[in-house]
Amino acid sequence: MSRPEDILPPDLFYNDTESAKYTTSSRIQHIQASMTHRALDLLDLRHPSLILDIGCGSGLSGSILSAEAPPHTWIGLDISASMLAVALERDVEGDLFLADAGQGVPFRPGTFDAAISISALQWLCNVESSEESAGGRLKRFFDGLYASLRRGGRAVCQFYPKNEVQRGMVSQAAIRAGFGAGLLIDDEGTKGAKTYLVLTVGGGDLNGGDITGVVSGMEGVDVDDSRRRAQGRDRSKRGVVEKKGSKGWIMRKKEQMEAKGKVVKPNSKYTGRKRNIAF
Amino acid sequence: MKILTLNFLMCARKACKSSSDAFPLHPRDVELEIVETDINPLFIRNILPRVEWAALRAMCNELGLPQLSETQPSCTDLFSTENLDPDATDSEPTQTLRDLHNLLVQTCIMEGKLVCGNCGHEYAIKEGIANFLLPSHMV
Repeated sequence: MSRPEDILPPDLFYNDTESAKYTTSSRIQHIQASMTHRALDLLDLRHPSLILDIGCGSGLSGSILSAEAPPHTWIGLDISASMLAVALERDVEGDLFLADAGQGVPFRPGTFDAAISISALQWLCNVESSEESAGGRLKRFFDGLYASLRRGGRAVCQFYPKNEVQRGMVSQAAIRAGFGAGLLIDDEGTKGAKTYLVLTVGGGDLNGGDITGVVSGMEGVDVDDSRRRAQGRDRSKRGVVEKKGSKGWIMRKKEQMEAKGKVVKPNSKYTGRKRNIAF
Repeated sequence: MKILTLNFLMCARKACKSSSDAFPLHPRDVELEIVETDINPLFIRNILPRVEWAALRAMCNELGLPQLSETQPSCTDLFSTENLDPDATDSEPTQTLRDLHNLLVQTCIMEGKLVCGNCGHEYAIKEGIANFLLPSHMV
């Protein structure tokens, strides 16, 4: 299936006809609703809150926030004027802004209890002019989002990464902005895989890495946090400095060369040893 | 756009981020409208500590709305019965709470513009939607 991000920038792609098509499609409505409910579960809000909706579009996700009991109040940002026009026609409850999330989030620090973004972040990775870069846009967005959330706030961003590289780029940008970040993938490996980036600000309690609460109360279950493992590995590597020419150094280089596909002599008991002095 | 939202908005330009004049934005030539909504006491109580009272007072002045009290009402002023249970919803809302709901949530800006006090950039509001798209040379 073609990706709309590759065709046109979002403000041009979602023109009047596309916006109307998007909003009236019952399939899209269903998917958006289920993803919004999932995101709300992850946000775990206990009081009626002020929520930022990034890429609110025609307010499909927003109307679910308003329909909660008691209702949340939301503020939506979107770059497509046509989408916002559809939202006006649908008479949504939230306040709407025509804004580009890649230019930052124009709210003062500590405004929101939570933020939600359904199928929008992948658009941020597309750059239309040479003056900006995808990394720069992501940085401005996450820096702005981090500042505008109050301490202990959470953000859940569902997005469709094009590939592993893009997924890594988005989550790295969030971590660099200061968020505690975790990726959650529903239905992994299937065509309908959904990627959620779960972000916490400050003292967010992650229950020991288990944000979904699926395994809470179960015995003999370890939460495997690949980020922490990678960090640990880095630290152990940095701790031991190998001397150039030592046995460990030679073994590592041989492994590296083998991984590159070079022809490497097999290891023996003589590998990395000095010759005897014969005379 | 609700008055509540205006109390959180600041200029989107990078250069204005560090300036104290970038908040609050000053409304100009605005048309106000009252949009009837159900009162949500728990939300008002949740959001009230985050509202900048001085900025809200100044904004009411600029918009020609009735003058607010000098001091910010506290959360205990919102409910008539002295109920400290954070999840109690049954206590009766006071006049203070009704006034706040009326001002923050029901009063909306439909047309007009917002001006940054630092750079002077004007953000247009049309049909309640503010345009915060910046041209690329101003980002």
